[in-house]
Amino acid sequence: MSDPILSLQGVCTNIAQYHILQGVDLQVPKGGVTMLLGRNGVGKTTTLRTIMGLWRAHQGSISFDGQDISATPTPAIARSGIGFVPEDMGIFSDLTVEENMALAAASGPINPARLDWLFSVFPPLKTFWRSEAGNLSGGQKQMLSIARAMIEDRLLYLIDEPTKGLAPAIIATMAGALRDLKAQGASILLVEQNFAVAKMLGDTCAVMDDGRVVWSGEMKELSEDAALQERLMGLSMEAT
Amino acid sequence: MLVKLISGDRPRSLILGLVLLAILVALAFAPFLFPGTRSVDTAARVCIFILLVASYDLMLGYGGIVSFAHTMFFGMGAYGVALASIHMGRGFDALLVGSVVGALAAAALALVIGLFSLRVRAIFFAMITLAVASAVAVLVSQLSGITGGEDGLSYKIPRALTSAAKYADEKVLGVRINGKLMNYYLVFFGSLILFLLLLRLVNSPFGRVLQAIRENDFRAEAIGYRVIYYRVTATCLSAVVAALAGSLFAIWLRYVGPDTTLSFEIMIDILLMVVIGGMGTMYGAVIGATLFVVAQNYLQNLLGAAEEALVDLPVLPLLLNPDRWLLWLGVLFVLSVYFFPTGIVGRLRRRG
Repeated sequence: MSDPILSLQGVCTNIAQYHILQGVDLQVPKGGVTMLLGRNGVGKTTTLRTIMGLWRAHQGSISFDGQDISATPTPAIARSGIGFVPEDMGIFSDLTVEENMALAAASGPINPARLDWLFSVFPPLKTFWRSEAGNLSGGQKQMLSIARAMIEDRLLYLIDEPTKGLAPAIIATMAGALRDLKAQGASILLVEQNFAVAKMLGDTCAVMDDGRVVWSGEMKELSEDAALQERLMGLSMEAT
Repeated sequence: MLVKLISGDRPRSLILGLVLLAILVALAFAPFLFPGTRSVDTAARVCIFILLVASYDLMLGYGGIVSFAHTMFFGMGAYGVALASIHMGRGFDALLVGSVVGALAAAALALVIGLFSLRVRAIFFAMITLAVASAVAVLVSQLSGITGGEDGLSYKIPRALTSAAKYADEKVLGVRINGKLMNYYLVFFGSLILFLLLLRLVNSPFGRVLQAIRENDFRAEAIGYRVIYYRVTATCLSAVVAALAGSLFAIWLRYVGPDTTLSFEIMIDILLMVVIGGMGTMYGAVIGATLFVVAQNYLQNLLGAAEEALVDLPVLPLLLNPDRWLLWLGVLFVLSVYFFPTGIVGRLRRRG
């Protein structure tokens, strides 16, 4: 395995009196998709938010591209090359699609070739380019949210449940876009509840339970072992 | 050309466009269209309040920052001009120095307040601005040796800006071409230029980031923008423009006092103008300030005329007595907030 682009060692995060992360150890290799799986409420979203500095780790270390970012302010983490797609999409609904994208291209003007590629994977963004983002449908908002992270080449993408609550046709679009991104050699840490998508995209996998990573290995290994799935997540991929 | 001048921020409603054009024309030719001391004074106040309200909209409407210290910044600009004119003697240099020093002092105070309080939740910032503004108002009132206390300060402005200066022997369209007219156009063009600069600012990438922060500050941070930097910058820029509006007001009035520049009532008026006009639109400041200032100045006359016309009817003349103008102003505000919850500009744009 190549040097990890992101490494978490014993990360603990408290939110108010709750100990959400209780010593997360996680390695995300350069290139490829690492799936972060687990039941609801085990700390997957908190892990991503802690990496971004939106929640502060009170213990442990987070290393990104060889630098310790445990105490780095969120904007500096983002500018160091992490594209974050939050679970709630976090689009700016009063701004147009164009303005949302321009804001995400923080290092300069939007690269036209990159934009053409995004229009090809998410055609509605071209159609509604000058419309207010608040007027988009749920699926289109999710496309915008992901496209915003992809508007610039990032060292790492953190994507939180991109297919949650979407129609099957839109899920296929999302999966296609992520597959394209993966084919470009991107490093992605993806939280996903849709096992079909996880199985299709994932190279490596970490399963969380009760604020810790309880298993990590190849996605193929997990997807082929129904008993392991049952033990780690209380359900089998084959059943879904 | 015109679109470039308004930074591409089109009214996006035919009615709104026509209303804005009508206000611009009315203000540009006010001394000729509405001759008379009172009407020209109202027009000058409209210009100044458009600028003041627009600067507040930069903070509240675009940045989502609630401040109660805007009249304090307004007052700093006004007192800057007054004190400079008193200590340096009448002259344009005094006006310039007073305006610049007032604006810089406002920016410095906004920076300090912002750095100390914008890191915390918005409600704390609002409370801190309220406390600082009250303290400054008390200080101005107490330091009567410097500020004139409750009596305020009267001073002389350059003769070229007073009625004593005549620029033509003949009247033009029945209006004397004198220094007072020049003073009006200083206020008009000063307000117009600063308003266009504000429009440029909110339509720049800086303005977009500010809007993004207003909607979702965590998300703005997560895509790489330092929220505190943008909020503090917006607060400082807003304070500078408010101070310059205060300077224009001081030049126009030739008097400053706590009641005319620092009072909490003016702060409430500014809030109402922003809300009625439409927050986060800039054009809302034009509509809100014009409606409010004109109503403040002419509602009594209108009520007087209505009372006379309805003198034979029961009850109505009592209700329409000019002394009850504040009651009717209140009713108008309640109705406008009820019918235009997103402000007049927001409503017109949705229709458009």
